[in-house]
Amino acid sequence: MKKNTKPLSLRVPEPSGRPGDTPDFSHLKLDAAGAVARPDALADPHEMRDMAFRLVRVLDDSGKAVGPWDPKLDPETLRRGLKAMVLTRAFDDRMHRAHRQGKTSFYMKCTGEEAIAVAQGMILPAEDMGFPTYRQQGLLIARGYPLVDMMNQIYSNASDPIKGRQLPIMYSSRDYGFFTISGNLGTQVPQAVGWAMASAYKGDDRLAISWIGDGATAEGDFHNALTFAAVYRAPVILNIVNNQWAISSFQGIAGGLETTFASKAIGYGLPALRVDGNDFLAVWAATQWAEERARANRGATVIELFTYRGAPHSTSDDPSRYRPGDEHEKWPLGDPIARLKQHLIALGEWSDEQQEAAEKDAAEQVRAAGKESEAIGTLGQSRPSVKTMFEDVFATEDWRLVEQRREVGV
Amino acid sequence: MSEQTFTEADRNDGIEPDMVDQDHAPKSTAAGSGTVPMNMIQALNSALDTKMAEDPNVLSFGEDAGYFGGVFRVTDKLQEKHGLTRSFDAPISECGIVATAIGMGAYGLRPVVEIQFADYIYPAYDQIVSEAAKLRYRSAGMFTSPITVRSPYGGGIFGGQTHSQSPESLFTHIAGLKVVVPSNPYDAKGLLTACIEDDDPTIFFEPKRLYNGPFDGWHEKPVSPWKAQELAQVPTEKYTVPLGKARIMKEGADVTILAWGTMVWVSLAGGEHAGVDAEVIDLRSLVPLDIEAIEASVKKTGRCVIVHEAPKTSGYGAELSALVQERCFYHLEAPIARVCGWDTPYPHAFEWEYFPGPERVAEALKSTMNGGR
Repeated sequence: MKKNTKPLSLRVPEPSGRPGDTPDFSHLKLDAAGAVARPDALADPHEMRDMAFRLVRVLDDSGKAVGPWDPKLDPETLRRGLKAMVLTRAFDDRMHRAHRQGKTSFYMKCTGEEAIAVAQGMILPAEDMGFPTYRQQGLLIARGYPLVDMMNQIYSNASDPIKGRQLPIMYSSRDYGFFTISGNLGTQVPQAVGWAMASAYKGDDRLAISWIGDGATAEGDFHNALTFAAVYRAPVILNIVNNQWAISSFQGIAGGLETTFASKAIGYGLPALRVDGNDFLAVWAATQWAEERARANRGATVIELFTYRGAPHSTSDDPSRYRPGDEHEKWPLGDPIARLKQHLIALGEWSDEQQEAAEKDAAEQVRAAGKESEAIGTLGQSRPSVKTMFEDVFATEDWRLVEQRREVGV
Repeated sequence: MSEQTFTEADRNDGIEPDMVDQDHAPKSTAAGSGTVPMNMIQALNSALDTKMAEDPNVLSFGEDAGYFGGVFRVTDKLQEKHGLTRSFDAPISECGIVATAIGMGAYGLRPVVEIQFADYIYPAYDQIVSEAAKLRYRSAGMFTSPITVRSPYGGGIFGGQTHSQSPESLFTHIAGLKVVVPSNPYDAKGLLTACIEDDDPTIFFEPKRLYNGPFDGWHEKPVSPWKAQELAQVPTEKYTVPLGKARIMKEGADVTILAWGTMVWVSLAGGEHAGVDAEVIDLRSLVPLDIEAIEASVKKTGRCVIVHEAPKTSGYGAELSALVQERCFYHLEAPIARVCGWDTPYPHAFEWEYFPGPERVAEALKSTMNGGR
C-alpha cells in the first residue's frame, strides 16, 4: 500500500459568514455592468463558454443601462415591471403576516428575487408553459393572475382553485402558463424538457421555461433534464436561481464553491448565461436571448440567475440561526426593486412620489384581494366540500373511492 | 440438474440485447384486417402499431426502443413505419424517460415509454409516485398524465436479482396509478391499447416469461409456443380490453384462485396437479380491480388461494386477502392462502425453489380444501 504524505482529510464547505460574523462577499468576482460581451443568440455554445463564468449586468451603480446587453426597453414596460415587482413584494409581506396571524399554515416569500420571475413572466406569453418552483410567484403576478385566487389557495378556502388539496403556495394554472407546483424538488425540470419536446414534436411554436434553485441542482432530475434537453434539442429555457441558500445550506454544499452553476451546462453542450438576478434589464435581456435561440430551434439555454434570498426560507425557518443577520443588506448586487426604480428615475421616467404611490397602490390591491378572500374564509374557516377530497384521483371515481367517500359520510 | 435447468425455451427467451436472436426476431405486425396468431411480443407491437397509426399524439420511446426495436422486439419496426420522432431511443435514464413523458402528457400527447426491465423502474419511482400519479389531483384536473409506462417483468427466466422482479405492489399502493398485467397475447394487445387510451397514468407490466409462449411452471417440460393457444388469436385491427375487468380463465366449483401474469398459467397447472376443480381468475388489472368478479367467485367456492411471484410480505396478495376476508367472511370455509415468492431478493441458482410453481400451488389448494390444515 502506498502511503500519503499526510493523512487524508475530509473537506466540508463552510459559508463565509455565520451568525455574529460580519458578512463578507469579497470572494465574489462580479463583472461591472456592460463588461460582458453579447454573443449572437444562435452562436455555437462551444464559442461562448466564458459566459458561464462571467456575470451579465446592465444597470450600473448610478442606475444607467450600459453595454451590449441593454434590452432598450421602453419606459412603459419598465414601469410595468417595477409595479409587478412592487406588487409581488406587497403580496409576500401581507401573506407572511397572514401566517403570523394564524390565517394560514405556511408561506414562502421571494424577497430579493422578484426581478427574475416578473421579467421572465412578462417576456414569455402564457402560451409558453412555465415549470416553476415555489418561489416564482412573480410569474403569476406579472401575468395578471388574480391575487384573490392566489390567496384562496393559500387559505385552502371554498374558492381554492385546487380545492384545498395542496400546501399553501403550490399554485397551479394552465391558463396562465403556470404548471402545477410539486413539493418534490427538481422534478419539474425534466418535465419542462418533455413539454418542450412535445411542442417540437408537434411542430408547435411554444416554449417551456423551468426554474430550479441552487440547492436542487444537486438532484438527479437536474442532470436528467440537461441530458434530455441537449440530446433532443428541446426548446426550453432552464433557469437556475442561485440565491446562495438552500434552507440553511449555503450554495457551496450544492457544489457552488468548485464552479458556477451556469458552467454545469458546458458539459452537456448547452449554452450557458450567468446573469445578475437583481438587475431587471439583465434578466430580461438574457431571457430574450434564450427565447430567440429556442424559437430558432437551436434548443435549450441554461441561465444562472445570481441573487440573494432576502427572506427566511419559509415561515417555518429562522435564518438568524445559520447566517449573519444583515447579510442581505450587504449583498453587493443590491435590491431588484431599488435598482429598477433608480434606473427609471435616472431616465426621468419615474419619481419618489410615483414610487410611493405605486407601493400604496400595490398595498391597496393586496388589501382589497385579502378582504375578498378572507370574506370567503381563511384556513379552517372555509373549505371545499369534503366530497371533493375523493375527486380527481382518477378521471373517473374508482369503486374503492366511492366506498371510502361513503364511509366518511359524503 | 443443469440439463433440466436450462431448457431450449429458456435460452430463446433472451434477457439481454446480445442474446436476442435477430434471425428469428418476431416480425413486426402487418397491417390489414382479420385475426392472426401472435405471440405476446407481436401482440404488444401490434397494439402500439395500430394505436400510432390511429392517433398522432401517441409516441413511443425508451432505451434501445427506437431503431433497434427494443431488446425484446416489442417496438420492432415502429420507427421505420411511423418515423424517427414517433419511436425513438432514449438516454439510459429511467427518471428522465418518465419525467419527459409526464411533460409530454401535460402538453397533450399520449407517450408510451419503455423501462427495459421492471427491476430498473426505481430511478423513475419519484416521477411516477410524486408526479404522474398526483398531477390530476394536485392541480384539480388542470394537468393530467395520460402516460403508459411499459416494462418487462417477472421471473422464471434465470434473470437473477435484477431481471426477475415483480414490483407491482409498489405501484398498487399509490393513489392515482393504474396497474395492469396481461397473461396472453389477446389481452396484451387489448389491455395495452386501453392503457394508451386511458386518461390516467398506467403501469403496464409485461411478464417476459410469457413473451414467447405460455409457461405453467413445469420448467423441465418443453415450452409450447403461443400459436397453439386460442388466446393467441389476435385481431390485427385495434380493439380494447377494458381495465378493471377480470377474466375467468377456468370455471370451477371448489376454490377460487386469484392470479395475474405468469401465475395464471401456473395456477391452471397447479389446479390440475392437485386434482381440484379450481376457478382461476386472471385479474388482468390490479388497479382498478374487478372486485365483483372476485366476490362472486369466492362466495360461490367458499375458498380462496392467491398466487403471485412477488415476495409475500406486503405483496398485492395481502390486499386481496384483506378484501376477500372483509367481503366474503361468512362464505369462507378455510383460511385464505397465499402462494408467493419468498421474502428474499430474487436468486439466480435457486430459480425453481423461489418461483412459485404448480407443486406449491397444488399443495396450497389441497390444504385449503382440507380447511387450511
